[in-house]
Amino acid sequence: MTSASGVPVIGIPLSEAAVIQAGTGEGASSGWRARLWRSEALRGFALISPTFLYALLLLLAPILVIIVFSFWTQSYLEIDRTATFVNYIEAWTDPLYRILMFRSLGVSAVVTLFTVLLAYPMAYYLSFKVDQRKALWLFLITIPFWTSYLLRVFAWKIILGYNGAINASLMELGIIAQPMEFLLYNVNSVVITLAHAWAPFAILPIFVSLEKIDRSLLEAATDLGDGALRRFLRITLPLSLPGVIAAALIVFIPTVGDYITPRLVGGKDGLMISNMIQVQFGKANNWPLGAALAVSMMMIVAAASLAFVGLTRLLSSRIR
Amino acid sequence: MKIRPLSIYAFLYLAFLYVPVLFLPIFSFNDSAIVAFPIQGLTTRWYENLWANDVMQGALWNSLRVAVACSVIATILGICGARALTRYHFPGKGGMAALIMLPLVLPEIIIAISLLVVLLQLGFNLSLISVTLGHILMAVPFSIAVLSSSFEGFDRSLEEASLDLGEGPAVTFFRVTLPIVAPGILSSLLVTFTISLDEFIVAFFLSGTEPTLPIYIWSQLRFTAKLPDVLALGSLLLLASVVLLSVAEVMRRRAAKRAGADPASGGFL
Repeated sequence: MTSASGVPVIGIPLSEAAVIQAGTGEGASSGWRARLWRSEALRGFALISPTFLYALLLLLAPILVIIVFSFWTQSYLEIDRTATFVNYIEAWTDPLYRILMFRSLGVSAVVTLFTVLLAYPMAYYLSFKVDQRKALWLFLITIPFWTSYLLRVFAWKIILGYNGAINASLMELGIIAQPMEFLLYNVNSVVITLAHAWAPFAILPIFVSLEKIDRSLLEAATDLGDGALRRFLRITLPLSLPGVIAAALIVFIPTVGDYITPRLVGGKDGLMISNMIQVQFGKANNWPLGAALAVSMMMIVAAASLAFVGLTRLLSSRIR
Repeated sequence: MKIRPLSIYAFLYLAFLYVPVLFLPIFSFNDSAIVAFPIQGLTTRWYENLWANDVMQGALWNSLRVAVACSVIATILGICGARALTRYHFPGKGGMAALIMLPLVLPEIIIAISLLVVLLQLGFNLSLISVTLGHILMAVPFSIAVLSSSFEGFDRSLEEASLDLGEGPAVTFFRVTLPIVAPGILSSLLVTFTISLDEFIVAFFLSGTEPTLPIYIWSQLRFTAKLPDVLALGSLLLLASVVLLSVAEVMRRRAAKRAGADPASGGFL
C-alpha cells in the first residue's frame, strides 16, 4: 500500500540478515549480550513484536479459524466438525447468494470508477495549483472521512428518504403531490451514498503519486514542444498511475463488504453480500455458511483486485 | 490562479463532501418532527430530550470507556510499531507491516465475524472488552500512520549525542526522544479515541448487551418519532469528532515540525 506517511511495506536487504547471523555466530562470552542488544535487527524485532503479536492473534488467527469454520456444518446449535464442501457448494450455486455477490461487485466497481474519476482532478488541483495551505486543504478533505460513517450514511437517508428532505420539501412547495419513491431503497441510492462516503479516501493516494512527479520532466516536455494535454497524457497520467491503482483498490476492497450503506439506504433491491453474511451469523444461525460466504467474498475480491492490477500494468506498458 | 475551472471544481467537490453531512445539524434545530424544508422554527428541545435520556447516557458512558481503553492500548502498540518500522531494519519487516496495516483495507465485517467466532469458541462472553479488542485492531494502523510522521524525520544524532554524553537508554528516551514525539503521541491518542467513538460494525457484532453510542443510534433509527433526537445526538457526535480531530492534526503537525519533517506530508494516511 502506498501511504503518504511512508510506512515502509518493502522487504529489507538480505545483507541485514547476514549481519545478525555474523553477530550471533561470534562467541566472545562477555560481549555477546551487548552485541545482541546492539543488533539492529533484534531490537527491531523486539520493538515490533507486541504490535505484530496482537495482529497475529486477533486478526490472522481468527481469519484462519473462519476459513476452517467454513468447512464445517451446523444444525441448530450443534457444530459438525467433519470437513465438507457443502457450504461452498451452496454459496456458489444458490442464485440468491450469486445475485448478492454480483451486485456487491458491480456496485463497488461503479463506485470505484466514480470516486477515482471525481478524485483525480481534485488531487491534481491540490498537487499542482495549490501552493500555500496545502495541509489545510488536505485536512478539510480528510475530516469528513474521519467522522462517523454511520452518520454520513444516515445523512443520505434523511435527504433521499420517503419522508426525507427532498420529498418533503418538494411536497411542501407543492411541486409534487406524492413522495418520489425511486430516490431511496435501490441500487442507485447505495452507489451515491458509497461514492460520497469513500470520496476522500481516493484523493490521497493520487495526490501522493502526483507530488512525487519530478516537475522538471514537465518542463522538459514543454520545451520539446508538447502541449498541455499531450504533456498530461504522456507524463503526468502514466506517472500517477500507481496512485490511481492504489486509490481504486482502497475504495473497491472495503466497499464490496460494506454492511451499513445497503442496509440503511438499499431497501430490498439494494442489499449486498455482507447483509447476507450478517443474517447467517444472526437470524439464520448458520455460522459455517456465513463463514463460507465471507471467505468466498475475500477470495473473489482478492482475485478481482489482482486481475485489475495486472490489467492496468499491461495496458500502461502498452501505452509506453 | 491560471486555470479557473479547476479551482471551481475543487470548491464544488468540498461542498459535495460537506453539504450532505450538514443536514444533520440543520434539522436538529428544526422545530418539527418532520425532516423537511422550509425550517419550521428554531428549537433546542431535541437537545434537551437527550439531557433526560438515561439509556443514551448509559451508551455514551460505555462508548467513552471503550474509547479511552482503545486509544491508550492502540497508541502504545502504535508507538512500538511506528518506531520499529521507521528506525530499524529486520527480516520479515514487510510482511509484519502488511499484516498490522491490513485492517485499513479489510472489510470491517470480516474483522467482526472472525473475532466473534473465536471469542465465542474460546468461551468468552461478549462485552465491552470484546468491542475494545476489535477497536484496537482497527485503530493501530491509524496510530502508526500518525506517529510515523513524527518518528520519520526524527534526527537520530540527538539520541546518539545523549548516549555519547553518558546518559543511559532510559534517560535518553525520557529526556530526548519523548519530548520530541509527545505531540505525535497525543495526536495518536485523539485519533484512535475518535475512531473507537464512531465505530459501528465491530461494536454491532461484539457488544453483547451493553450498547455503545453508535449502536444506540442504530437502534433508534427504526422509530420515526425519535428521528429529531437522533439528529441532535448525531450532531453532537459529529462536532466532538471534528474538534478532536482538529486538535489531533495541530498536534501532529507540531510533532512533524519538531522532528524536522514537512508538516504537510504524511499524517492521516
